[in-house]
Amino acid sequence: MDAFEAIKATFFQECDELLADLEAKLLVLESGQTDSETINAVFRAVHSVKGGAGAFGLEALVRFAHVFETLLDELRAGRKPCDEITVRTLLRASDVLADHVAAAQGHAPEVDEARSAGLVAELETLTHGEGGAPVVEEEDDFGFTPLTIGLPSLDLPSLDLPSLDLPSLAAAPATGWRIVFRPHGRMYANANETGLLLRELGRLGPVTVSLDDSAVPSLEELIAEENELVWTIELAAAVDEVAVRDVFDFVESDCDLSIQPLGAGPADDLPALPDLGLPSLEAPAEAFDLSALLAAAQEPAIVKAVAPAPVEPTPVAAPAPAPVQAQAAPAQAAPTAPTAPAPATIRVDLDRVDRLINVVGELVIQQAMLAQRVAESGLTRSSGVLMGLEDLELLTREIQDSVMAIRAQPVKSVFQRMPRLVREVADMTGKRVRLVTAGEDTEVDKTVVERLAEPITHMLRNAIDHGLETPDERLAAGKAAEGAVRLAALHRSGRIVIEISDDGKGINRERVRGIAVSRGLIAEDAVLTDEEVDNLIFLPGFSTAETITDVSGRGVGMDVVKRSIQALGGRISISSVPGKGSTFTLSLPLTLAVLDGMVVGAAEQTLVAPLSNIVESLTPRAQDIHYVGGRDAVIRFREAFVPLVDVAQTMGFRDEPVTPGQGVALVVETESGQRAALMVDAIQGQRQVVIKSLETNYQQVPGVAAATILGDGRVALILDVDAIVANARRRPAAPELKLAS
Amino acid sequence: MSKTVLTVDDSRTMRDMLMMALESAGYTVIQAVDGVDGLETLAAHGADVDVVITDINMPRMDGFGVIEGVRADPKHRQTPVLVLTTESDAAKKQRARDAGATGWIVKPFDPVKLVDAVRRVAA
Repeated sequence: MDAFEAIKATFFQECDELLADLEAKLLVLESGQTDSETINAVFRAVHSVKGGAGAFGLEALVRFAHVFETLLDELRAGRKPCDEITVRTLLRASDVLADHVAAAQGHAPEVDEARSAGLVAELETLTHGEGGAPVVEEEDDFGFTPLTIGLPSLDLPSLDLPSLDLPSLAAAPATGWRIVFRPHGRMYANANETGLLLRELGRLGPVTVSLDDSAVPSLEELIAEENELVWTIELAAAVDEVAVRDVFDFVESDCDLSIQPLGAGPADDLPALPDLGLPSLEAPAEAFDLSALLAAAQEPAIVKAVAPAPVEPTPVAAPAPAPVQAQAAPAQAAPTAPTAPAPATIRVDLDRVDRLINVVGELVIQQAMLAQRVAESGLTRSSGVLMGLEDLELLTREIQDSVMAIRAQPVKSVFQRMPRLVREVADMTGKRVRLVTAGEDTEVDKTVVERLAEPITHMLRNAIDHGLETPDERLAAGKAAEGAVRLAALHRSGRIVIEISDDGKGINRERVRGIAVSRGLIAEDAVLTDEEVDNLIFLPGFSTAETITDVSGRGVGMDVVKRSIQALGGRISISSVPGKGSTFTLSLPLTLAVLDGMVVGAAEQTLVAPLSNIVESLTPRAQDIHYVGGRDAVIRFREAFVPLVDVAQTMGFRDEPVTPGQGVALVVETESGQRAALMVDAIQGQRQVVIKSLETNYQQVPGVAAATILGDGRVALILDVDAIVANARRRPAAPELKLAS
Repeated sequence: MSKTVLTVDDSRTMRDMLMMALESAGYTVIQAVDGVDGLETLAAHGADVDVVITDINMPRMDGFGVIEGVRADPKHRQTPVLVLTTESDAAKKQRARDAGATGWIVKPFDPVKLVDAVRRVAA
């Protein structure tokens, strides 16, 4: 990637930040805080997008941003009110601007032209008023009012410029230019310098410079900030007049300037200035010697000071000390190379971070192994080895945390996409919604962040589509017409918790139950607690929408959400109060590199079952186990029989299942919501384990998700609960029996 | 000895573009992210800074504030300040000049024009 492409990538990154900031600031405006700083920040965001887009020639983006910016400029200047309608339009315009950015980036298909054009029209209407013809109005960087500058002390008695009027030479091709230049004091105040201008002219061709100081007053009348010197420069090069004018571009209004061609005829024809007997300072084009000129300029100044106002012109005086000083500066002590400010961030390839995380995982394991060996060696607790080992353990943990923090990102990147979604869903459903977010800075592993977007999107849609009532319904229920949806993130006991709550009507348990029965998901006479009824919505194929709306998807229900959360090792739960609203709570591990597991033993092997799959563990009694068709064991669990799977047998560790009454059953739930009981010999404990891919080191093994290394150095397999349950079911079917049926 | 340019712009993109163009022309570049940072950086680097390039629209302190600050500092009142502007009409240039700007660079700029403008004002 060359430097230009790298900057372009930076631009798009910056666009994302600017767009997020834009939206956040617009939401502040929407809340009624229309202070000028916020409006300015909004303006700046759009302005910066436009500026960068211009640099990369992204024309569609520039055009849209320009219209957007023009309206914002009106608001900024207070010429247009920042009312509710305007802010709503601005919000929609920010969405379209985001679309333009995405399209320019190639991340999205073409922008919806009709929508874009519609907004352009809306913005222009707001800018120019209803029906008003769009006035061609330049965007205003400076907020200027045109202003002519009067420079009072500028009478030029000695400079007889009218005599330079040369109509006869107008058409003749110029072989060079005679430039008469009289800087105003202001030119120097702005840090422009005659010497530099002469140097620039010198780049165009050979120059002959002469200086007229006849207007310089005596010392006592001298105004240090003014300038009375007149420079005449003859440029012997047939360059375009524009090139000459360009040299004076920055100073043209801060000087008297006359540029006349040196005609094809002899230069003597030029009436020019009266011959003042000026000494000429000749300078070759390439090396215009500034210091010589300066040296010449400085000494006579003293002479002049001593003997003021001689009748005949003295060569060169220097009443403008400031530029002289500045010109002399480079000759002084050379500036030391400044140290560039240290960048606040560095970019690192993700692979490197992952490699580091992997190695740190090994370190953690090695440290645990070492600790175990030392413990076995029978050293006393006060031995230096043990003390040192404890410190090592602390350091290891710290390194692990720090490394995990490298991959950690705030959930903000996901949260900030949601206001737009909420607006669009609200528009589509005709509901009024206010989104409140909290804990955007909560950090979680990058992979988790990326995979959070989809479930959160889905649940927010559900909350608005199914949870919130229409404004009329809400008013009738004594609530504010505008519904509130809250999206919050927080850390709780080593996990990240995401809460999505609404203040809508809550779950209609009667209806949920009715649907579940009609779909055959539960028995008609099943006795369920409120919590269990609420959880029915997570069952596959359950959808409470009476008609499938555009909003909440087509038959994709909460079961999909639950599956994707479980795939991240997470859990989801719901609590709902009729008439008051519902809260969905997601709980996820902070990283996918570490897993909360239940360490179990089965036929001398140590295995790890992911905690997120485990519902309950129990010691079954012999009478709880039944055999369907004489061989498929099922176990009675709560209201139902669930298949009993002997892990050691399934994995091929031994031929016969563990004797009932001796083993432990882990009741697990698969991603699809099926339950099964996994029989193991014993539970050894619950701990965090570092996940090691089996595919990378060996090959895929059915029933095994990954492996880990335990503190004693043994490898333990992490069970793929879904595969084990599915595998057990592939044998002659033993469907989940309903106790009630 | 290469000359040092202080660039003041709140846009990372612009800062990077300025840096790329100026460094490849042999200048040393110091960056600041807004007007306040710009004046602080200028104060910290003292006489090292030969030219200041500043954006106009920035948070905390805009480009006019930067020019004012530079001109008010006895050590830097003769330091050339170029402003980045998106328009090139005469009135805008005049506004920049009135504020004390030495010159301007019209955005979007090409690296040649940029370096040209810096060279024209750098002593």
